Amino acid sequence: MVNPSLLPAAPKVVGPRGPKPTKAISPRNIMLYGTLIVVALYYLLPLYVMVVTSLKGMPEIRVGNIFAPPLEITFQPWIKAWAEACTGLNCDGLSRGFWNSVQITVPSVIVSIAIASVNGYALANWRFKGSQIFFTILIFGSFIPYQVMLYPIVILLREIGLYGSLTGLVIVHSIFGMPILTLLFRNYFTSLPEELFKAARVDGAGFWGIYFRIMLPMSLPILVVAVILQVTGIWNDFLFGTVYTKPDIWPMTVQLNNIVNSTQGVKEYNVNMAATILTGLVPLVIYFVSGKLFVRGIAAGAVKG
Amino acid sequence: MPSVSVRELSLNFGDVQVLRNLNLDIEEGEFLVLLGPSGCGKSTLLNCIAGLLDVSDGQIFIKERNVTWEEPKDRGIGMVFQSYALYPQMSVEGNLSFGLKNARMPSDEITKRVTRASEILQIEPLLKRKPSQLSGGQRQRVAIGRALVRDVDVFLFDEPLSNLDAQLRSELRVEIKRLHARLKNTMIYVTHDQIEALTLADRIAVMKGGVIQQLAAPQMIYNKPSNLYVAGFIGSPAMNFLPGRLVVNGEEVSFTTKDGASISLQGYEASTSLSQGGEATLGVRPEHIQIHTELIPGVTIPAAVEIDEPMGADSLLWLKLEQQSLSVRIDADLNCQEGTIYHLEFNIPKSSIFRKDTEERI
Repeated sequence: MVNPSLLPAAPKVVGPRGPKPTKAISPRNIMLYGTLIVVALYYLLPLYVMVVTSLKGMPEIRVGNIFAPPLEITFQPWIKAWAEACTGLNCDGLSRGFWNSVQITVPSVIVSIAIASVNGYALANWRFKGSQIFFTILIFGSFIPYQVMLYPIVILLREIGLYGSLTGLVIVHSIFGMPILTLLFRNYFTSLPEELFKAARVDGAGFWGIYFRIMLPMSLPILVVAVILQVTGIWNDFLFGTVYTKPDIWPMTVQLNNIVNSTQGVKEYNVNMAATILTGLVPLVIYFVSGKLFVRGIAAGAVKG
Repeated sequence: MPSVSVRELSLNFGDVQVLRNLNLDIEEGEFLVLLGPSGCGKSTLLNCIAGLLDVSDGQIFIKERNVTWEEPKDRGIGMVFQSYALYPQMSVEGNLSFGLKNARMPSDEITKRVTRASEILQIEPLLKRKPSQLSGGQRQRVAIGRALVRDVDVFLFDEPLSNLDAQLRSELRVEIKRLHARLKNTMIYVTHDQIEALTLADRIAVMKGGVIQQLAAPQMIYNKPSNLYVAGFIGSPAMNFLPGRLVVNGEEVSFTTKDGASISLQGYEASTSLSQGGEATLGVRPEHIQIHTELIPGVTIPAAVEIDEPMGADSLLWLKLEQQSLSVRIDADLNCQEGTIYHLEFNIPKSSIFRKDTEERI
């Protein structure tokens, strides 16, 4: 307790005191929120049109009012897009493409991340002879346009007998993900305290021991980033999917294009909309589920390197 | 038989020579402190001994075994780091047993060792916790425990207390000293904190620019620093330096300041010989100067008070002597007015004189 006589005589309280009051509705706020709402609507409107159209029947669509909500909700277009729409000779809808895409994406994501994380770990912690040159070449690789490599890879896959197969496409995706993923993992592992690595070495852990028991358990944020990048990238890929596969094993994106762009018969807008939403669903779900981790991971990798 | 021997060790990072032809013998059970400013190569030397850095040249022996090319785990060393470096995803127990599991030790032996180490360090209640649930002091205890369980010959400490606040630091300092008294292992301890060095060490190696400047017991380093650098680095507040020259007059040698004041050097404990004369610097610590109100011819030099700094237990008095500021430790009760003239008597047996050209102690 301070002796009151030691305190200076406080002046009488007049004027402002406590937290400064803030006005909810001010010109500044109106401008700010107004702009934000307009921009949000602008981006959400196409999605709204898609959802609404996909729930209408064709007679209702022909009326032409694309913004109007459906008078009669029908899920028939969704069923048709998933299970009945025809592409070429196959009339089992997008489901075929969906399973193809799953078979392409899952192994590609696992293989590319498994290899790239070891690459990044080795480059960050075990500075072997020539590691700098190796790293530079790898990064340089990510600047070469895909178009340059399309045809050589066709020849390469043909020679090893994997052209037109899912395995071939998985290999291609794994290789093309390598530069950016390696960079991502290398930067993340460089940002971890070096003393941790030293302590593990003194404790007698080897290359793989440190990787599996120290580094990997600490890399959840960056693993999430890598998974998101790869899943969305590979799922949305169209170019490699068209070039290196054949109709039976087309990924979902290629099949979607063929449904939407078919020139025969009536354009079934509701089916097209449903098919497009179905195709975009996987990346969308991934973003919603791991959005928070994604931001954290990108920031964690960006601190150093 | 030395426990750790470093022979003609050199280390270069590109063109930068970090360690230069360094030799060091550490006795069995000795507590050696590597002391120096940042960038002097002390941590680098420790990392070389640990095997975390490859040397450019030279050899390292631990227990008379050449370990220059051995992996860190095969050297019989345990290391404690400044940032604790605990594995964040493992419990305290997991951290302690990690090294033992890597060595494929049977689990009942692991349990025994973990229990013993946690008893010694008083961290038994924390065994199930994660490092993030521990305070800084507890974390560093676990880090020490990690070296302890492995039953190593040599403990290496890399500035282990630098991340702790002042009070915890002094607590853990005492604890490390107690640990050394109990275990009697060889310990090598890197720090830039001279208090830690003076309190803990059996011997201190003062380093600068990748070279050991002086290797001696703390008292020796404090009282008879081998050169100007060591003299200025050790001691807080720093040693006072007074430029001047040695005047030899038969048996008698005296020190003459720039302005001509003369002090007899009777009783000086020379490392070499004073009789060579020449330009020199007189170094004397603040507590080795006595103030008098009256002049004693041939003994005292007058100086005017600039500032009085009370420090609780005592006061530090700053005086002006021939354009030079000198600090003197005095009784806290003595109130000194600015501008007062005092006559300073230097405690010559406890002073050091350095040659001006080589900066070595005479």
